Amino acid sequence: MNKTLLATALITASFASMQLHAAEVPAGVKLADKQELVRGGGSEPSTMDPQKMEGTPASIRSKDLFEGLYNQDGDGNQIPGVAKSYDVNADNTQYTFHLRQDAKWSNGDPVTAEDFVYAFTRSVDPALASPYAWFMEIPSIVNASKIIAGEADPSTLGVKAVDDHTFQVTLERPVPYFVKMTSHQNMFPVPKKVVEKWGDDWTKPEHMVSNGAYKMDEWIVNEKMVFSRNKNYWNDEKTIINKVTYLPIESPNAELKRFQAGQIDLTYELPNDHYKQLLRDMPDEVVVTPKLGTYYYQFNTTKAPYNDVRVRKALSYAIDRNVITKFVTGTGELPAYSFTPEVVNDFSPATPEYATWTQKERNERAKALLEEAGYTQSNPLSFSLLYNTNENHKKIAIAIASMWKKTLGVTVTLENQEWKTYLETKKHQQFDVARAGWIGDYNEASTMLDLLTTTHGNNDGKYSNTEYDKLLHDARTMQQPAENYNKAEEVAIEQDMAVAPIYQYTEKRLVKSYLGGYMPNPEDNVYARDMYIIKH
Amino acid sequence: MLTFISKRILEAIPTLLILITVSFFLMHSAPGSPFSSERTLPPEVLANINAKYHLDEPVINQYFYYLGGLLQGDLGPSFRYKDFTINELIAQSFPVSAEIGIWSFLVALLVGVGCGIVAALKQNSWLDYSVMGFANLGIVLPNFVLAPLCILFFSIYNHWLPPGGWNGGAWPYLVMPVIAMSTSYIAQIARITRGSMIETMHSNFIRTARAKGLPQHRIIFHHALRPAMLPVLSYLGPAFVGIVTGSVIVDVYFGTGGIGQHFINGALNRDYSMVMGVTILVGALTILFNAIVDILYAVIDPKIRY
Repeated sequence: MNKTLLATALITASFASMQLHAAEVPAGVKLADKQELVRGGGSEPSTMDPQKMEGTPASIRSKDLFEGLYNQDGDGNQIPGVAKSYDVNADNTQYTFHLRQDAKWSNGDPVTAEDFVYAFTRSVDPALASPYAWFMEIPSIVNASKIIAGEADPSTLGVKAVDDHTFQVTLERPVPYFVKMTSHQNMFPVPKKVVEKWGDDWTKPEHMVSNGAYKMDEWIVNEKMVFSRNKNYWNDEKTIINKVTYLPIESPNAELKRFQAGQIDLTYELPNDHYKQLLRDMPDEVVVTPKLGTYYYQFNTTKAPYNDVRVRKALSYAIDRNVITKFVTGTGELPAYSFTPEVVNDFSPATPEYATWTQKERNERAKALLEEAGYTQSNPLSFSLLYNTNENHKKIAIAIASMWKKTLGVTVTLENQEWKTYLETKKHQQFDVARAGWIGDYNEASTMLDLLTTTHGNNDGKYSNTEYDKLLHDARTMQQPAENYNKAEEVAIEQDMAVAPIYQYTEKRLVKSYLGGYMPNPEDNVYARDMYIIKH
Repeated sequence: MLTFISKRILEAIPTLLILITVSFFLMHSAPGSPFSSERTLPPEVLANINAKYHLDEPVINQYFYYLGGLLQGDLGPSFRYKDFTINELIAQSFPVSAEIGIWSFLVALLVGVGCGIVAALKQNSWLDYSVMGFANLGIVLPNFVLAPLCILFFSIYNHWLPPGGWNGGAWPYLVMPVIAMSTSYIAQIARITRGSMIETMHSNFIRTARAKGLPQHRIIFHHALRPAMLPVLSYLGPAFVGIVTGSVIVDVYFGTGGIGQHFINGALNRDYSMVMGVTILVGALTILFNAIVDILYAVIDPKIRY
């Protein structure tokens, strides 16, 4: 055994015995002759190039076309994808992935470590201008930040093809959750030869080569995207659905009509206004599952009085989250008192003290705090509440504004802005209090908590606490960071009320009763290859 | 006539240039960039993207880049749909809208003019009230109401037609979009035709024709119809452009893949080149069809000469 190997304590995580993905049809279930799945796909994806993608519509489609190092099961656990297993050194800075020999592209070429090197490198290459380049900075892949900033050559990225089937990633600092990030589309491989041959046109159906269970046959913008089985997929034998069609439908009402008419088997979402009726009319087809995300109100801590913790706490305490989730959203959302949702993997946020109080107690405390901050009936607080154009945001804003008015005598002006204008307004701190939401990118608490660190690009309220920053910074190198995460929650929410968490998101879909194998997980990593159509 | 057509074409060039210039600078003055998203991009990533699309240069430079491309027939890359150029997107979606539009236009014209004439000839009768009641219904029932109603009736209750999709324009996929698209135009055309026909039928030359003992059908088709159609014709030019450039509602509800969705999404996504592409398309079509209407005016009414 050589010295390097001796010096490096290798922890081998072998998943050979774990259940692999692909459809598992229960005994006795008869399959339909026609195995074709039609899914509502949300809005039209902006691209199908994994390294250029952003947004859920592209992400859900990419899971059928491509496969990364690891996939996720129904609970959000990592299961082998192109990688059979991985080794990691003792301090979590070097991950070595062992790729399966039988992984192939849809044109029959083998999927090699070089394809991953190419994909990871193009992700940070300024020439590609990937909107998710920052995703490679989170695990601190060697030189990723410098390359993105144009200070280093892309070839210096800490990735290496040890041989055709061994891919190695080196990190600048230990990141124990790195493997959890590999099921994200930004880390999917792309076929180097094909991309280099066709350039930006490589994603056109006539050119595209993919390594997932499906390949693209047709893409008509705003009409449909059609995939068929990739016969070269390593686990094609266990795939049942032959054809997947994604329909880009932005309106949940239009999508509902097409579901009811039998054209769609699995919707992208469902219209909130119809939720109760749908639950009554088709209870077996309404599927609500927890999602890795939190809906919250953001305080602009750069200006008075929102830089006063008493004001922030008063406003947060006075929100009756049970009323919001039961009567305003009313589609299975859970009240949120911490910033991290309960569904996150390997971490259960501790219940903050204010969550244990009754709403009456919270209201009384809120009144006292606001008075302490100098706002009374003779000197009432008034501010504007910013939200982007959306009926649900509007309803929530109206409900919360009336809670604030009733409990605290606060006068709120609702300010509705169209999406891009709203983003600009928030980015430049031209707001008092604003609606916000955050959906995690990987199933680990830091995907949420990092957002409240001083330098995070989406910390639009500009909350800043050095203790919080240190807790999150230290957590990155810890094998068991849960303790730090709980302390961070305590600092940011219980102590500082940096933001007012309101509810934990849910994924709401209509699923035909004859569709088997639909296994939603908190990150909504759902794969058509796991599904099957039951005879009906 | 040839001089007139040449003049109209020459007039169209500065008109289009003004339209392009105003739209370009208006679009660029809207807050937010094509690449602002919920996940704020690190400054260096945003800088890379802006450089790729020349957004890091002064707007005036971007304007000249755009004009340069336009002169070569290039409408630019889509800022939103990164895998497509605007030429590709318009080439894919405009024929769909045009097909729905042409069918809708023909239906609207035939049914609208027919209903208008019947209502005018049977003025204040039950037939008039029924036809005009139907026409009013077409106006008060906007297509965002009509589209889901169509799906409910034809697809959910009766399974007669597919609830959406285009499928290369196969007729079952065409029926509901045409109904949703044409109804309000039927109503408008019927109202204009009725009003104009009533006015014409009360004019002196019709009275003279009647006094001469000409049969009713001859009075209607040989004497009344041509002058009565002039106001309808004025409406048809811009209506045709509106109808063939699609409808957001029809595209959203029936998932046809037409150009209608690009209008709204282009603006909301700050897809500058998409907004410019559809603006130029609509502008050019408007100029073209206004010219066609002017020519038809001259054909129908010999008093008008250019």
